Amino acid sequence: MTRGELMAYLVIVAVVLLLAFAVPKPISFSTTVSYIIVGFIALVLLIIFVRTIQGNMVGRRIVFLFVGMAVILPLFMTISQPIPLSPEVKQVYDAVVALKPGSKVLVSFDYDPPSAPELQPMAETFFRLCLSRDLKIVIMGLWPQGPQQAEIAMRKTLEYPEIASKNLRYGIDYVNLGFQTGNEFVIQRMGGDFKSMFPTDLNGTAYDSLPLVRNVRNFSNIDYAFHLSAGYPGTVEWVQVAVDRYGLKMGAGNTAVQTTQMYPYLRARQLVGLLGGLNGAAEFERAADMIGKATKFMVSQSFSHIIVIAFIIIGNAAFFLGDKSRKRKQEAAGGGH
Amino acid sequence: MEIFGTWLAAFFTLGIISFLYRDNAWYKLCESIFVGISAGYWFVTLFWDNIHGLFWERITERHDYWLLIGASLGLMMLLRLIPPIGWISRWPLSFVVGATAGLYIINYFASNVMVQVENTLMPLFSAKFGDPLFSASPYSIVGNIVVAAGTFTGLVYFFFSKEHKGAFGGMAKIGIWTIMITFGASFGYTVMSRMSLLIGRMDFIFGDWLGLIR
Amino acid sequence: MRREIPLLITAIVGIFFVLQYFIPHPPFNRLNGWFSDWFSIIGACAIWLGALNLIRISADKIYRKRSDWGFSVVIILSFLLIVVIGFKEGRDFRNPGSGFDWLYNFIYTPLSATMFALLAFFVASASYRAFRARNLEASLLLVAAFLVMLGRVPVGDAIGVSLGLPETNISKVAVWIMNTINTAGQRAILIGIALGVVSTSLRIILGIERSYLGSE
Repeated sequence: MTRGELMAYLVIVAVVLLLAFAVPKPISFSTTVSYIIVGFIALVLLIIFVRTIQGNMVGRRIVFLFVGMAVILPLFMTISQPIPLSPEVKQVYDAVVALKPGSKVLVSFDYDPPSAPELQPMAETFFRLCLSRDLKIVIMGLWPQGPQQAEIAMRKTLEYPEIASKNLRYGIDYVNLGFQTGNEFVIQRMGGDFKSMFPTDLNGTAYDSLPLVRNVRNFSNIDYAFHLSAGYPGTVEWVQVAVDRYGLKMGAGNTAVQTTQMYPYLRARQLVGLLGGLNGAAEFERAADMIGKATKFMVSQSFSHIIVIAFIIIGNAAFFLGDKSRKRKQEAAGGGH
Repeated sequence: MEIFGTWLAAFFTLGIISFLYRDNAWYKLCESIFVGISAGYWFVTLFWDNIHGLFWERITERHDYWLLIGASLGLMMLLRLIPPIGWISRWPLSFVVGATAGLYIINYFASNVMVQVENTLMPLFSAKFGDPLFSASPYSIVGNIVVAAGTFTGLVYFFFSKEHKGAFGGMAKIGIWTIMITFGASFGYTVMSRMSLLIGRMDFIFGDWLGLIR
Repeated sequence: MRREIPLLITAIVGIFFVLQYFIPHPPFNRLNGWFSDWFSIIGACAIWLGALNLIRISADKIYRKRSDWGFSVVIILSFLLIVVIGFKEGRDFRNPGSGFDWLYNFIYTPLSATMFALLAFFVASASYRAFRARNLEASLLLVAAFLVMLGRVPVGDAIGVSLGLPETNISKVAVWIMNTINTAGQRAILIGIALGVVSTSLRIILGIERSYLGSE
């Protein structure tokens, strides 16, 4: 460990201790303070713009700093923004509310903790919406971490007063079948028989001992499926096997990075609704009137997009204006070649 | 234990973030723990859910002895760890490759070619009135034309067996414009995704750990 | 023996999986079930192989005292920690309050999530340094990216209003781009990839493509 590294670590420890014990909690910026901060950031960006045009590109750590500020500072702000509702998100909501109480909904959790900021709010809102409408939930996962993320979402959902008052019971109102490896082969096998792939649930209880799924043989006993996906195996495999081959009616919630690839399936109606990224989660919270973390995070999301756009504009302005000024300088010097 | 866990999680979070300054010992420590824990996580989960849950329980309780062939193939896969007889792992590997190839031929052709082509060649004025996507509004008619033209020209661009000249070249040009706009949308969504993940971690640091967020 | 049998297995299993789609009746449906179960077990063993190989490589690094071998010790200890706890806790290893669940929530989750969160910084930095509207194609990409980035967050419409556009206009433009031009482009890519997958799969089943077997 170098001397510089040691110093940096000590500074981090000092800042952490300061924030943990010396700062009054919680911190909340008023609207005026929020706008002053935004103005200050805009001013610094302007200075960066001018310097970049002069040929001084800022270092990557300055860009990192701005990204950090754009994400962190809005978490303390009290700005609220109206969230427009897109048709693909409304389709998921409409599909759920059209189900009769007691209908069985299959939710496949195919993601891991890195994608949780985007997909966990979708899962929580979806559970809350389903359980508030007395739908029965069957959970599974093609990613080992998925069923564990489902447990976290379910624990949180069961704490809401309107859900807690229903005294829902595991095995009757919801069940977690756990994880199975084999990717699309698992889906294909489920098309014939769920039990063969999930002889027991997440905790080892036999499939036939769970009243909710005892009579669920295959996809034909599922009224709607919702798939949370962060990659492979994911929505593509579910569409190819469960939807196109076995006729499952399915909506999906995807990480933003793979959402764009799902639009052909949405337009071909292989998907009934699509939630894309944190924005999709926030829109779904609005549609279901169940405001949660996704809505809260949208301020940070907005600011971070603006910062990225600002840096792209600055970079391009420097590229074009800098090019012109270079040419002018060369011409003035009598060069030009 | 919960408080200790939260502080430990914060220690790891900051350790990984420290990479932004430069590669350092703290980051390397966190990275090594991540690699070890991650491998162990898969190891344990697959043992209980698959080896025990799918194989052992079905053998002992349902006497599904056909699974023994699968287990034998699985063992052959593990023999790759012993170089002199490692070649035998090609048998299960060829099973996996063959099964995947066979399944993909049908799945990809049915879902990604047939259904997509069928859905691109849509009548401009759909008979399904009231359908939000395909009603006969000018908005959806233009949309259908753009999708059909964009898909066709995009495919023309990917067709390299003929030189991109003349009318064919013109269509390929429109195809590349469509694909560029598609990549632009993908870039926008990628930024959205990456920022969301960072927001999640910052919410943990300033909310769950330091308790500074309301 | 070393190449012929694998090629035969690939061909038989591949052809079977094509046939079972068209004939979902005995004996094909039963064989389909068995093959899928075997696939699942082989998949689990393949991941075990990966984990065990990691430990072997790390142990080798420690044995040979290669640079940074101390971190290999950390890898092995972390692996053993979660494996011992996970095996000890039995079938209920994931239950809330279990040691395995604690390791998942407080070690695995923050490490994996932060590792991917770092990409946010690098995406921004790379955009600033390399994303240039050099020609028409790059400009189209850039404009589409701006419209989607703005239209998919609430502030986009607020900016639109401040520029004199009607309310929710930018978000509507983003929705339109996603549902039409993006769909067209993605569909062209999707069809192109699918045709490639089908032809490669055929080459594998027919034994023309053999690279997956490696060299002798």
